Amino acid sequence: MKLGEALDIVVRTDPGLVRSHNEDAVFADAEAGLAVLADGMGGYKAGEVASGMASSMLARSLTNFLAGEACDTVDQSPFSVVASRLVEEIAVVNAAIFQAAAGEPRYAGMGTTLVVACYFDNSLVVAHLGDSRLYRLRDGLFEQLTRDHSLLQEQLDSGMINAEEARYSHNRNLVTRALGVDSVVEAEVGEYPVQVGDVYLMCSDGLTDMVDDQEIALTLATLSPNLPLAADQLIHLANDNGGRDNISVILIKVRGEYAQPRAWWQKLLARFK
Amino acid sequence: MAKLILSMDGLVLKEIPLNKERLTIGRKPHNDIQIDNLAISGEHAVIVTILNDSFLEDLNSTNGTLVNGQPIKKHFLRNNDVVELGKYKLKYMADLQIGAGLPSEYEKTSAIRSGSFRAQDMQLVEAETRRNTTSQILPPAHDVMPAAAVQLLNGANAGKQLELTKTLTTLGKPGLQVAVIAKRPHGYFITHVEGSQFPIVNGQALDAQAYRLKDHDVVEIAGIKMEFFLKG
Repeated sequence: MKLGEALDIVVRTDPGLVRSHNEDAVFADAEAGLAVLADGMGGYKAGEVASGMASSMLARSLTNFLAGEACDTVDQSPFSVVASRLVEEIAVVNAAIFQAAAGEPRYAGMGTTLVVACYFDNSLVVAHLGDSRLYRLRDGLFEQLTRDHSLLQEQLDSGMINAEEARYSHNRNLVTRALGVDSVVEAEVGEYPVQVGDVYLMCSDGLTDMVDDQEIALTLATLSPNLPLAADQLIHLANDNGGRDNISVILIKVRGEYAQPRAWWQKLLARFK
Repeated sequence: MAKLILSMDGLVLKEIPLNKERLTIGRKPHNDIQIDNLAISGEHAVIVTILNDSFLEDLNSTNGTLVNGQPIKKHFLRNNDVVELGKYKLKYMADLQIGAGLPSEYEKTSAIRSGSFRAQDMQLVEAETRRNTTSQILPPAHDVMPAAAVQLLNGANAGKQLELTKTLTTLGKPGLQVAVIAKRPHGYFITHVEGSQFPIVNGQALDAQAYRLKDHDVVEIAGIKMEFFLKG
């Protein structure tokens, strides 16, 4: 099945009820198997600039790459090809944002979180920075696949604070990694096999700070047959609970397999591996 | 900045700003808060403050440390917590002004290393942010709505009631026709989810839009009729 037919994608972004503009940026293309979500930060409109640069630059470079013969290689696994390309492209965007920030006083200190998902060959490669997340709903189990790069997550990991206490933390929105704030960046990359029926959620903290995971899971489990409705309901939930930040969600439902077509000699080679 | 209010027998003795990463409490003079009383251990407890959060830890004191009446070893301090050491009380007051002063930077995501505040950010102060000074997850506001239920009017389960307690309640038969009732702060909304047939309310078929249910509306989904009603 072609990617465009195998994946159902719905994208929503909403400024929320408090902020005057939206500093989140989202992009998705089912045919390329690509989804990008960025939550910008920095004073005035700099956050919008950073997240906008991240999503548009990655959209352009990765769509071309994924649409090409990206995974058609012999000696390397498709995963390592895509993962290393993803890291390269993220480094390019990082440098661009960092330089833009250095060259324009209004943009000083701008940056953005990032979560990028590339679907290919029945799997998913995800790269992320900061506290924008990727979740998966599979067979009724709702799981967070990315681990936040945030002070709060570090405190949770070190056992300094527990999950109940974390709900009351005042240090909620401090990220320890972001795109464009430093000259080098280390994105975290993971690979996951994909199953038909999986539903993936990418979101900014405007959703997860306002709506707890159980409510998100209930919404996806109940409304996944109608993806646009599920996305709208998530936005409603965040706004009904206060809508204090911009809210962005990308929902991706896997409707069929999308194995990479292989040449006969590649199949033969695979047998001997 | 968060602070502690030291008191004994209801008498306020001192106000202590939490302006250090480690603030020690004990009987000996080298402590940041010295309490010269025999019930207090030499090094009794410490408060570690990381940005806007503070943690209290008992340093294996002889008589222990209580928070809101419970003995603790280590505790994440929340606004209005009362810490007791012997007869002394320390009330923790979180900085509820953070939100008012710097709302945009405060609640907005920011990278830890780029911590400088700029004047233009202050322009974004809005009344709504000022009221919500803590960034905890608020309990959902669904309690504002009166409870509601649907009662089945026909079929094998006629007479049965379904309480609408969750934010979403599904109705119908998966694969055939499904609708959902969303409980929101300003009402209960029914929406079509899947199937070629749309729900019928009071004899009228709905479209793809959500419909706000009124008391005693009669809904029909997949051949089953049911009445929506508010309780209490």
